[in-house]
Amino acid sequence: MSSAKQTQTNSEDYLRMYRQMVRIRTFEDNANQLYLSAKMPGLTHMYSGEEAVAVGICEALKVSDKITSTHRGHGHCVAKGAAFKEMFCELLGKEEGYCRGKGGSMHIADQSNGNLGANAIVGGSMGIATGAAFSAKLAGRDDVAVCFFGDGATAQGLMYEVMNMAALWNLPVIYACENNGYSEYTKTDEIAAGSITARAEAFGIEAHQVDGQDVLAVNTLTQQLVERARKGEGPFFMELMTYRYHGHHVGDINREYYRSKDEERDWKDNRDPIVRFRAWLVDEGIATEDEIEALNAAVRKDAEEAVTYALDAPYPDGAEVDMHVYTDVPHALA
Amino acid sequence: MREITLSQAVNEALAEEMRRDESVFIIGEDVAEAGTPFKVLSGLVEEFGTARVVDTPIAEPGFMGIAVGAAMTGSRPVVDLMFGDFLFLVMDQLCNQAAKTHYMSGGKLNVPLVLRTNLGATRRSAAQHSQSLHALVAHIPGLKVAMPSSALEAKGLMKTAIRDDNPVVIFEDKLMYNDKAEVPEGGDLLIPFGVANVKREGRDITLIGTSSMVQVCEKAAELLAAEGISAEVIDPRTIVPLDEATLVASAKKTSRVIVVDEGHQSYGVTGEIASRINEKAFYHLDAPALRMGAMDVPVPFSPALEDLTVPTPEAVAEQARKLCAGEMIHAA
Repeated sequence: MSSAKQTQTNSEDYLRMYRQMVRIRTFEDNANQLYLSAKMPGLTHMYSGEEAVAVGICEALKVSDKITSTHRGHGHCVAKGAAFKEMFCELLGKEEGYCRGKGGSMHIADQSNGNLGANAIVGGSMGIATGAAFSAKLAGRDDVAVCFFGDGATAQGLMYEVMNMAALWNLPVIYACENNGYSEYTKTDEIAAGSITARAEAFGIEAHQVDGQDVLAVNTLTQQLVERARKGEGPFFMELMTYRYHGHHVGDINREYYRSKDEERDWKDNRDPIVRFRAWLVDEGIATEDEIEALNAAVRKDAEEAVTYALDAPYPDGAEVDMHVYTDVPHALA
Repeated sequence: MREITLSQAVNEALAEEMRRDESVFIIGEDVAEAGTPFKVLSGLVEEFGTARVVDTPIAEPGFMGIAVGAAMTGSRPVVDLMFGDFLFLVMDQLCNQAAKTHYMSGGKLNVPLVLRTNLGATRRSAAQHSQSLHALVAHIPGLKVAMPSSALEAKGLMKTAIRDDNPVVIFEDKLMYNDKAEVPEGGDLLIPFGVANVKREGRDITLIGTSSMVQVCEKAAELLAAEGISAEVIDPRTIVPLDEATLVASAKKTSRVIVVDEGHQSYGVTGEIASRINEKAFYHLDAPALRMGAMDVPVPFSPALEDLTVPTPEAVAEQARKLCAGEMIHAA
């Protein structure tokens, strides 16, 4: 664990980071159960294992800073400040969901906290994040935008087009590549030639590789980059080395043809971001084991209550189907 | 009243809206000092600077995506897509992102952007610089689609588009940039979306035209008038939203309809409008509503071939004569 006391001096900040990571893991455990018990429509992509990335980054942001998220987006959504109740309602297609049940798992976002949406087109949000940074600069706001995307998205051409413009125009955007080692069911090594960070460096963008299982390392680096981006020194690129515990999506159960159980066990047993940060908190005397257990239990209870609430919550009325097609037309087909 | 070109009309609309609202900016290839290859934007960078008239690399998906993100966060971008044919390059950002964001967010996020581009063949530019692709975007819920038929509409629809909180695609006919029309000076010329313009009243047949096909229909109406056939000419001005009521009412009145549009005829705008009229005015019609689109071939280069591919006043008049004579009713 890196020592980062100089940047996060407040115990409450550390505990909030820990709690946010536990909230993501707990949310995903519940979402997985909802899927396995056939209570959740559609499919979903679990963020479990990557918690330190979303939390380390989002804890360095203001509410008005923007993020764009991915199909594996529950973690970003929680980390940017979303509540369980509206999230589970959205997962289940209920009216009280953040998107009134119209987005679901792959488009979930708490828009009021600066989340511009999870995107189900791999790499599809890279322009949006860059555009949010463009807007901030044009309007003279010091907001930054963080674009979350996976290693798989580095194969999309859009990334190179927008990084080129972001670099030409010094936009306050941070490209956060969550390298979890797999592009769907294929090893990253097989889809990405050369180095990931060198892609950004080719545009003159300062790029960093960081241990994505170390929340303090991620948070410390992000704080520095965000601060500099606010001053007009952006854009920046981060490659966060991480791991997804589940398959590409919840139905991807038998995956030994592309990765071994030993490899999965090694990441879970030896590099889990929550276990590591918990040990650090105890070692540093920031929390006792009992306090942490109490915190975990409180998060579990929150999640269970939210799930119960969402399961009982009403679906949107059928009349909503043609609402929100246009801003100025209450019902597009009326 | 003064007359200005369609090009000047677009330029005026942009300048007026950029003066009115600081969040409006233009982004695209060679939009600043060059003022685009058609010189439509000349002078704007001098007034508004390079921060708001933004030259990009040749990267259509990239600047389209940037515009979507900017629109979601308080700006009102006007994206300049040099040729309508390049729509295929920006389809993900336009159709998967811009068009769906408001809906997918349950109404929480808006994408107030304008994509201005062009259409129109017979400029001898061959298959990748001549297409009329408005039907592609009209197919996608969440987008509005405007098709100005003169300098007046080009200005009024552009100003309305910029103030609209939804993504709007405006197709200008690139052969019409130098066409002049009367456009009132000053004032706020706003032409509402979804309100068709009855350009010419008639009794015997309705000719519905979009963009430059409005002129084709008007010329056809002249030819027909000389023969005693009274044609009504209607310009929908926007195809999304579509002023169906005005079109259907005219069909009921005249009992015969031809829809003329420069997009390919198959699966196109002509089929959509004709179908709505056939469904909603069926018992008032003396003949099925006819489609006249561009020929279903890639646009050829040779003038000898290209001119065959788009509807002409003579061809429209010929079909109208047949309809009025009852010849099409039992056509095989």
